[in-house]
Amino acid sequence: MTVRLSKEPFSPYDLLLQTEKELDGRRRKIGASSIFIGSMRDFNDGVSVESMYLEHHPEMTVKELEKIADRAEKRWSLDHVLVIHRIGEVYPSDPIVLVAVWSAHRAHSFDACRDIMESLKSNVPFWKREKREDGERWVTKNTSGSSADF
Amino acid sequence: MSIKVKFFASLTDLVGMKEIDVEFESELNVINVWQSVCGTAQMPAGCLYAINHDYCEPDQLLKDGDEVAYFPPLTGG
Repeated sequence: MTVRLSKEPFSPYDLLLQTEKELDGRRRKIGASSIFIGSMRDFNDGVSVESMYLEHHPEMTVKELEKIADRAEKRWSLDHVLVIHRIGEVYPSDPIVLVAVWSAHRAHSFDACRDIMESLKSNVPFWKREKREDGERWVTKNTSGSSADF
Repeated sequence: MSIKVKFFASLTDLVGMKEIDVEFESELNVINVWQSVCGTAQMPAGCLYAINHDYCEPDQLLKDGDEVAYFPPLTGG
């Protein structure tokens, strides 16, 4: 399991390539890789957003991410879990979060990847402050993770 | 007893501070501390709480030296 925060912009695709190399001998037993990349939109609630500041709780964030990844590793049969989350100032199209899960079969990687992402949304102390065309404001709630709500 | 109180994100704007050290003579729970420190500022719906960096329930009692943190609804990812 690899879990970390990044103050600097990161390329999820470079990190995935790097991780694939590091999987080394385990790679031959992996039949499924599920990947979620969350990135910043330039709009929210119909208003243009110029940038966003990601605040977090320094003593809790990584600990809570590790709990979520650890729980997923116990619940499903996984070969590796990678979670990276940005903090600080982000701009439209910047990746905010990468969740990647490797396993022998797709059922485990699909389910674990979604569970980790949804648990992150509701359990890990991050907050977004948007700089918008009409001023600055804290984002007050997450959008739904269910397609039925759109 | 001495308690460190921390506020995050929109709550810092609401209560006008990031953290404060306070002394209490009686035993208080998480909600009591908010009421004592924040006066008339109403806690927004959906807030979360942590004592010493672990999530807790609003009726959990605090001990001398504890740190209690108040979080508005989370918006990461």
